[in-house]
Amino acid sequence: MGSQGGWGQSKDFLDLVKSIGETRSKAEEDRIVMNEIEILKRRITEPDIPKRKMKEYIIRLVYVEMLGHDASFGYIHAVKMTHDDSLLLKRTGYLAVTLFLNDDHDLIILIVNTIQKDLKSDNYLVVCTALTAVCKLINEETIPAVLPQVVELLGHPKESVRKKAIMALHRFYQRAPSSVAHLLSNFRKKLSDNDPGVMGATLCPLFDLIIADANSYKDLVISFVSILKQVAERRLPKSYDYHQMPAPFIQIRLLKILALLGNGDKQASEHMFTVLGDIFRRCDPSSNIGNAVLYECICCVSSIHSSPKLLESAAEVTSRFLKQSDSHNLKYMGIDALGRLIKISPEIAEDHQLAVIDCLEDPDDTLKRKTFELLYKMTKPSNVEVIADRMIDYMISINDNHYKTEIASRCVELAEQFAPSNQWFIQTMNKVFEHAGDLVNVKVAHNLMRLIAEGFGGDDEGADSQLRSSAVESYLRIIGEPKLPSLLLQVICWVLGEYGTADGKFSASYITGKLCDVAEAHPSDDIVKAYAVTAIMKICAFEIATGRKVELLPECQSLIDELSASHSTDLQQRAYELQTVLGLDALAVETIMPSDASCEDIEVDKSLSFLNGYVQESLVKGARPYIPESERSGMADISNFRSRGHHDSSTHGLKFEAYELPKPSVASRIQPVPLATSKELVPVSQPTYPQEMSQAASMPSVPETGPSELKLQLDGVQKKWGRPTYSPTVPSNSNSSSQKAVNGVAQLVVQGTVGPKTRDVSYDSRKPQVEVSPEKQKLAASLFGGSSSKTGKRPTSTSYKTTRVHSHAAEKSQIPTATVASTEHAAEKAPQPPPPDLLDLGEPTPGYTVIDPFKQLEGLLPSDASSVANSGVSASKSSDIMSLHAESPMSGLIGTVANMGPTNLDSANLLSSLSNLANRNVHGGPAAMQVAPVKKGPNPQDSLEKDAVARQVGVTPSGTNPNLFRDLLG
Amino acid sequence: MIRAVIVMNTQGKPRLAKFYDFQPAEKQQELIRSVFGVLSSRAENVSDFVEADSIFGPDTRLVYKHFATLYFVFVFDSSENELAMLDLIQVFVETLDKCFKNVCELDVVFNFNKMHTILDEIIFGGQVLETSSTEVIKAVEEITKLERASNTISLVPKSVSGWQAR
Repeated sequence: MGSQGGWGQSKDFLDLVKSIGETRSKAEEDRIVMNEIEILKRRITEPDIPKRKMKEYIIRLVYVEMLGHDASFGYIHAVKMTHDDSLLLKRTGYLAVTLFLNDDHDLIILIVNTIQKDLKSDNYLVVCTALTAVCKLINEETIPAVLPQVVELLGHPKESVRKKAIMALHRFYQRAPSSVAHLLSNFRKKLSDNDPGVMGATLCPLFDLIIADANSYKDLVISFVSILKQVAERRLPKSYDYHQMPAPFIQIRLLKILALLGNGDKQASEHMFTVLGDIFRRCDPSSNIGNAVLYECICCVSSIHSSPKLLESAAEVTSRFLKQSDSHNLKYMGIDALGRLIKISPEIAEDHQLAVIDCLEDPDDTLKRKTFELLYKMTKPSNVEVIADRMIDYMISINDNHYKTEIASRCVELAEQFAPSNQWFIQTMNKVFEHAGDLVNVKVAHNLMRLIAEGFGGDDEGADSQLRSSAVESYLRIIGEPKLPSLLLQVICWVLGEYGTADGKFSASYITGKLCDVAEAHPSDDIVKAYAVTAIMKICAFEIATGRKVELLPECQSLIDELSASHSTDLQQRAYELQTVLGLDALAVETIMPSDASCEDIEVDKSLSFLNGYVQESLVKGARPYIPESERSGMADISNFRSRGHHDSSTHGLKFEAYELPKPSVASRIQPVPLATSKELVPVSQPTYPQEMSQAASMPSVPETGPSELKLQLDGVQKKWGRPTYSPTVPSNSNSSSQKAVNGVAQLVVQGTVGPKTRDVSYDSRKPQVEVSPEKQKLAASLFGGSSSKTGKRPTSTSYKTTRVHSHAAEKSQIPTATVASTEHAAEKAPQPPPPDLLDLGEPTPGYTVIDPFKQLEGLLPSDASSVANSGVSASKSSDIMSLHAESPMSGLIGTVANMGPTNLDSANLLSSLSNLANRNVHGGPAAMQVAPVKKGPNPQDSLEKDAVARQVGVTPSGTNPNLFRDLLG
Repeated sequence: MIRAVIVMNTQGKPRLAKFYDFQPAEKQQELIRSVFGVLSSRAENVSDFVEADSIFGPDTRLVYKHFATLYFVFVFDSSENELAMLDLIQVFVETLDKCFKNVCELDVVFNFNKMHTILDEIIFGGQVLETSSTEVIKAVEEITKLERASNTISLVPKSVSGWQAR
C-alpha cells in the first residue's frame, strides 16, 4: 500500500495540513484554523453533499478539533455518518464520534440504535467497529441496551470479535460493576477459549476482578500457572512470539495476576515457584521485552510468599539492571525492583550502594525521583539525616510544585519518624517550611505544633522543655527573615506564644516586640496576624498570672488599636479579648489562660445540660419547645440527604420503585438490582428500549431529558419523604474521637524514636578520606552503613573498615564478626562462575570503581616505579589496607610478604596475585591466609610475591569490569 | 490501563491524540501542552519514563519514544509495565512503518484516520489487544480491502508525494 494512496483526501485538506505545518506562530495557526472552521460550517450545511465530500469534512473536523478548536457544530453530521451502509463511511463516522463525544453527550442516544444494529451485522468488521464504539460511548445507563448483543458475540466464530467482545464487557465492568455482575463467570469460561489471543484478552478483566477480590479466584491459580508454563515453554504458535519471546504480554499479565493471588498465601505461592524459576532462566536479558518480563517476575517474587532461591534470582537480575551503565530505563527498573526487594530482605540494598548513589546524582529527573522513593523506603534512624538533607537539597532545586509538595511531605514524615535529635528535627522542619513554604499541607504545621507541645520523650519533661526552648531559640533567629511562608509564621507565632517566656531566657517584652514585628510585616495576612495577636495575649496572660505587671509596648498598643478597627471580625474579636485580658486580675487570667495547657483535653458538654435550668424556666414562662432540625419537615437540605443516602440507602422507610416504573433501564441504574433479577432485567428492557430509540430519532431532546427529569423528581421525593435522622452531633462526636486517636498515634511514633544513638557510627564514617571518589564513599557509608552487622558483609570496602578501626574500642569487637560474615559471604558466592580465580575480582568492591585496570596493567609491565606513580591515587588506599591489617594478628606476616622483591611480571601471574589479594581482603584471617594461596594460586610462594608487588603498587581489584579480566585470561 | 496515546512532533504540535477516558477538547490541549513541556525539557540519553501524576492525576506515568521529528507518548497507570509499554510503542511504530513504507511525519499528518485504525487494532478500550505487527497489518488491510469494495471513492493521485519530497 502506498503511503498516501487509498485514503482519499482532497487538495483542500492537504493544503490545510500543509499551511498549518508551515505556520510560525500559534496566532497564525489559529487564524488558519478559524478560517477553516468558517468554511466547514458553510459547506457542511449545504444540501446534497456527496458522501465522499462529507467524509472528508468530517475528517477535517476531527483534525480541527485535535488542534484544540471547537467543532461541535459538526457532531451531528458525524452521528449521521454512522448510519451509512458503506463500511468506509460508517467507520469514519464512528471514529469521529468516538473522538468527539463523551459518554453522556446528548447525541449518544442517537447512536445507540445504530450500534445495536451493527452489533448484529453479518460483516464482522462492522461488528468490530461497533464494539470499538461501544467501549467509548456506552455509559451506565445505556449498557443494558447493548449488553445482550455483546454477550452473544462472546460466541462469535471470529476470534478477533470474541476478543473485542470480552474487552467491551471488561469496559462495562469498569464503568458499572453491577451491570455485568451476573456475567462474570463468562470471563472464567473464556479463559479456556481455543484461541490464545482470546485467552490473553480475558486476562485483562480477570486482573481487575482479582484486584477487587483475590479470594474468590484462588482456585484459578493452578490454571494460571499451567498457562504461564505453556507460554514460557513456547507451546503457543510462532505468531505469538515477539522479538523471540513467546507472548511476552500474556506472560506479563499472568505474572501480575499471580503476584496478586500469591500475596500472603503460602500455598498458592508454592505452586508458582517452579514456573517463576523457569522464566528467570529462560528470559532473554538482552532484549527490552525480555527485561520487561524479568522485571515482572521480580515484582511477582516480591509480592508472593517468597522462596530464598527465587529471591536470589530476583536479586541477581536486579543487580544486572542496576549495572547497565548505558540504559537509564533498566536502571530505573532496577531501582524500582530494589525498592520492592528490600521490603523482604533489606540487606540486598547494600550490594548496590554505589549504583544507587550514581542514580541519585544522575541528570535524569525520573531516575532521581525513583531513587528518592527508594531512599524513602529504606530510611532508618541511622541514615535519616543524610537522606533528609539530600531530599531538601533536591526539593530546593526543582520547580515542579506538585513534586515539591510530595517530597516536602515525605521529608516531614521521615523527620517525624526518625529524628535523631530535637535540634535536628526543628532545623529540618524549618528548612522544609522555608523552601516548600505554602505547598506544605496545613496538617504538617499542626503536627509540628503538637509535637512541640507534647514533646518527644513522653516521660522525660526535661527533654520536652529542652525541645521547646530550642524551638523558641531557632524561631527567634529566623523570625526576622523576609519572605517566610505564612504557614511557618503561624507555627512560629504559636510556639513563641506558648513557650516564648517559659524558660525565662527571653523577656516578655522582647517576645511581644518580635510578634508585633511579624504582624506589622505581614499586613495582608489575616491568619498570621491572628496568630500573632493570640500569641501576644498568651504571653501577657502568663505574665499577669505570675503576678508581674505588664507594660504594653507602644507598638503593641498601636497594633491592638489597628486591629480593633479591622475589617476582619475575627481579628477585631481577638484584639478586644486581649484588651479585656489585660484588665483582669491574676486569678481570673490564670483560669482563662492556664500556662502550658495546650495539650489538656477540653471537655465539651455536647448535650448542653448546663442550660437545662434555663430552658425549664423559659418553658414555664410559656416559650415554645425546641423542635430538632431533623423534625422540621422540608428543611433538610439536599446535601444532608445525599451524604446520608450514600451510607444507608437501604434503610429508607419508604420505597420509591413506583415512581420508576416507566423506564426499567433507569430502575436498574438507580437501584443496584440483585443478581438473580438483573438477569431477567436485560431482556425485559429490550422490547421497551428500541421503541424509545425510534422516538428519540424523531425528536432528540425529549427522551434525553426524560430520564434526567425523572431522576430529579426522585430526588425531590426522597428529599421530602426520606427518613429524617440527620443529627448534627454525629460529626462533632467522631471528630473529637478521631483527634484523640491521632494523638495516640503520634505518641506511639514518638516513642519508637526515642534513642537513635547509632547515628554516631554513620557520622564517623563521614570523615574525609582520601579515596577514589571520597564523596560517594562517604555518602554510601552514611546511607547504608548504619547497621553495623549488615555492613560487615562489605569487607572489601576500605572506607568502612578504616572507620571501624579509627572508631572507639567498643567497635573493634565487631571486626571478628564482620570477617566471619565476610568469609561466609565469599564462600556463598564461590561456586557460581567457572574460573574460580576470577571470582573474587568479580566481587564488587565499591571503593575503586574509577581505577582503570588496563591502565594499571600497562603501568605495571615496564617497571615497578612508574606504576607506583601511575596509580598514585591508590597509594593512600593501600596504606589504609595496611593499617587495617596491622590491627589484626596477621600483620607480621604481611610485613614479610611485603618485603619480598618483585620478579617476573607477566600478566597472568599478576592476575593471580590480584585475585589472591582480593582473596585475602575478603578472608582477612590467618587461617584463610594459609588456605587461599594453596587453593587458588598456581604456586603459593609465587602468588605471595605477586601479592606483595600488587600491594606495593597499590593495585586493587576492581569490580566494575570483571569481563576485562576474563578476556585477558582467554 | 492505558489512559492516552499521543503523537506529537518536536514542536509540540499534536499529530494524533487518543484519550481512553473522555477529556474535553480544552483539557486535551492542556494535557498535550504539559506533556510537551515535560518532554522538551528532558535531555538526551535519559530514561524514557516520566512520572505523570502532576499532569494526569495520581498513579499515572508516561513512556515516550523519540523518532526523528516525532514523540510517541503512552500514558498509563500502575497496572501496566513500563518496559512493556516501551515495546508497545515499538509495535505501533513498526506497524506504521510497514503500512507506510518508511513512515515519516507527513504520513502521520495526512493519514491520521488510518493511524487511528491501526491504533484501534493494538489498543482497545485502554487495554492491549494485539502485539504482533503482522496481525495488526493483516487486520488493517482487511478493513481497507472491504472499505474499497464498499465504495467507489476516487483516489487522490500520488502527486502529494511531490510536495513531500521537497
